[in-house]
Parts: sequence; C-alpha cells; structure tokens
Amino acid sequence: MTAIQAPVGRPAPAGAEARGRANRWWIYGLLTLGIVLMVGPFLWMLLGSLKPQAEFLVNPPTFLPKNPTLNNFERLFNELDFPRFFFNSSLVAVVVTVGNILFCPMLGYALAKLQWRGKRLIMGLVLATLMVPAGITLIPNFVLMSNLGLVNTYPGLILPFLVGPFGVFLTRQFMYGIPDELLEAARIDGANEWRTFWTIVLPITAPVLATLGILTFLGSWNSFLYPLVMAQEPEMYTLPVALSTFATGQYQADHGMLMAGSLVLVLPVLIIFIVFQRWITEGIATTGLKG
Amino acid sequence: ALSRGITRFRTAFRVGYYLPVITSIVAIAVVWRFLLNPDIGLINVLLKDIGINGPDWLASKTLAMPSIIAMAVWRNLGFAMVVFIAGLQAIPAMLYEAASIDGAGRWQSFRYVTLPMLRPTILFMLVITTIGYLQLFEEPFVMTDGGPLDATLSVTMYMYQQGFEFFKQGYASAIAYVLFVIVAVIAFLQFRFLRDDA
Repeated sequence: MTAIQAPVGRPAPAGAEARGRANRWWIYGLLTLGIVLMVGPFLWMLLGSLKPQAEFLVNPPTFLPKNPTLNNFERLFNELDFPRFFFNSSLVAVVVTVGNILFCPMLGYALAKLQWRGKRLIMGLVLATLMVPAGITLIPNFVLMSNLGLVNTYPGLILPFLVGPFGVFLTRQFMYGIPDELLEAARIDGANEWRTFWTIVLPITAPVLATLGILTFLGSWNSFLYPLVMAQEPEMYTLPVALSTFATGQYQADHGMLMAGSLVLVLPVLIIFIVFQRWITEGIATTGLKG
Repeated sequence: ALSRGITRFRTAFRVGYYLPVITSIVAIAVVWRFLLNPDIGLINVLLKDIGINGPDWLASKTLAMPSIIAMAVWRNLGFAMVVFIAGLQAIPAMLYEAASIDGAGRWQSFRYVTLPMLRPTILFMLVITTIGYLQLFEEPFVMTDGGPLDATLSVTMYMYQQGFEFFKQGYASAIAYVLFVIVAVIAFLQFRFLRDDA
C-alpha cells in the first residue's frame, strides 16, 4: 500500500491561520461592543435605582451615583405596595407553570402515543391555537372571564393560561421519541394507562418539562397586556401592570423609583436565566419557538 | 461569529445578548423612556458630549416611531442570534470544504453556501418577528401612550383603547379579527416567497 495522501482540498494553509488569529481579536472587539450596548441599559437601570431623586436633576448628569441610597427601594415597598404586586405576579406565574407542567404532557402523550377518535381534530385545534397571535385572543378571553364573573380575580388571571399549546406541542414532539416497547412492556405488566403515564412517561419527559416550566414561568411573569385588562383594582395588579401604571401616572418623573421598580421586575428573571440559561436556549433553539 | 471560533466567554456573551429578550418589555420600556429623556437621558447626554444637541425623541412626530423601532431591534437581537446560531450549526462543514475546493473565497462561500442554506431559518425569523411586532403594544403604551398625535399608535394599542378605554368592545373585537387576517395573509405570503423549493 502506498502512503495515504492528505485529504484533498484541506483549506487553511499557514498564512490563513495567522490571519485567522488577527481576525479573532477583531471579532472579540465587535462582540464586546455589542455586549456593552446590550447590557448597558440594564446597568443604567441599576445605577439609576441607587440615585436619590436630586441627583437626577443635576446637569451634566452623573454616571455613578454620588450618594448611593436605598431610599428608592424603601419607598417602593412602603408607599407603593410592591410586595403585594410581587406576590400577585409570583402566585399567577407559579400556578400557571405548575398547570402547564401537569396538563401539557397529558395532552402531549395522548396525541403522541395513543389512538383515539377525534385525535386529528384536537391536534389541528392545538396547532391553530399555537398559530394565532396572543393579542388577538385578548378580548375573547376577557369576555369569557367576564361572563364567568372572574374579572379582577386570581382565577381570572390564571385560567386562560393554565394549559398552553406551546407546552402541548413541545411535549408531543418529545414523546414521539419514547420507545413504544417501553410502554407495551408496562401494559403487559398490567399497568393501566394512567399508571403508565405517571410512573414511566413523566419521569422520562422530565428534562423537557423543566425547560417548559422555565419558559412558562418567564412568559407569565412578563405577561402584560392580559393582566392589564384583567386586573382592575390595584390589589390585583401584577408587577408589570403596576410598573406601567406608575410610569405613566403620577410617578412619571420619579426616575429613581421607576428604575428601582424595573429592577425588581427584572431581577428574578435575571437570576433564573443565569442559573438555567443552558436549558432555555437549547429548548428554544430546538423547537424554534419563544415562550 | 459566536457559533464558531469563539470559545472563550461564549456563555457570557450569549447570556448578555439574550438578556433584553427575556426581560419584561415593561421594564425595558421604562428604562428606555428614561434613556431617551431629552434633558437627563443618557443618549442625549452622550450626544451632547460630542457636541450634538439631541432632539426630544419621544415627543417628535417623526422620531418617536423610529426610536421605538430601534428599541425593538435592540431587544430582539439576542433572539435572532440564538436562532441563527442554531441555523448556522446545521450547515454541514462539507459544503464549505467543497466550496473552497472549487476556489470560493470568504465572501463567495458566504453568498453561495451560507445564505441559501439559511433560507428556512431566515423565513422562520421573518415570519415570527413580523407576527410578533404586528402586535406591538407594550412599547408605545408605556413610552408614548400612542405617541405625539397617534404617531406611534399600533393596531393592538388601538384595539385596547377602543375596547377598554372607550368600551366599544364590539369594535375592538372587529379590530382583532382584521389584525388576524392581516397576520395570516402576511405569513402566507412570506411562506410563498421564501419557501424551500426542494
């Protein structure tokens, strides 16, 4: 046998490699500039929340707070009832997330693995729901809740979102990959469908459910338009609604407090994201859909 | 650039770029409204340092909407980045090697390998972003309340005003329906024009 030749068409001779290294610095530089632009406003928000009101009126404006103060946060929690709003947002987000984690895999499993009459129809409905943009179902949902007498209540805020088509779709796609033999073995061993679902299917689906949970939580936490119309008294406001009310109302010029409020709104999301970021971006890229 | 070749700080970069995407629009709108403040907003301050007297962005009929658009672009950059990274990673390296064998330079292989292979990804981004921003609401609501003389009034905001401020819910429902039709038509057209003809 003759000596094996190097594969034809190997790109990157030595010159290109050196050029690649120089390019790399350029790319890093550009990316860093981008990061500064992306993160900048958040930094500004943080700095602003620590400045006393007087410092905002100084000309030229300061960058770092000269007299950092927690006064804005104090006022948020004392004057403005922010703990209540925080609680509302948390309650709604948690219940909606739990609901999704519980119910979406049920429908997903039924659609992926079981045969039943009307399956096609339901799948079509789920897909249709997924494709209809959210703002358009605002009024129908509101009217529905209104007829049920649930306006300005927790159930009113939660019910329309207890199960979402995104979760159904996600779990269904995932469950296609569960080997049928596994399920048949369970059935042969005498487990009924319910048992099969709980003890076998759910644990396998756990990673996807985790991603779904995180995305659902974030979506519910940030949700604005619907809570805006559903919560009509301040005690029912969720965080985004409260913040926007103050931002467009009497506290318009109270920048320190607005920055502090924004920070409170953003912080849980930030923390969850940094901790779980791998799962989120992978989940979104795989399904190609945003929560 | 983030999908290949950059290994250091990759996570930090991705987190940073994605941050504006997952944070609440309300918070972002509030912060940006402050940034665009004509007297004490950071943007005009920086402009003044260069010697330009920045305008009142959100109160100007011609500049209000572009400002909101700029903010929306800023916000969605991270999402687009994630989607395109996924799309880029799906392009087999073999194609690039074949192209370079045929003598293609950087720009050419970008134009004839990368772009065509990215077509489905581009279509996806186009459709999702269009549908998403046809329903623009939070930004004009918080920042301009419809803008100086309705300059930033979006369809969804109009629907909200009619339905919940003027209590003409029938009319608002009609608005929603029409918006739905518009969205469906635009999505359909986008699919027609950019569909992968295999």
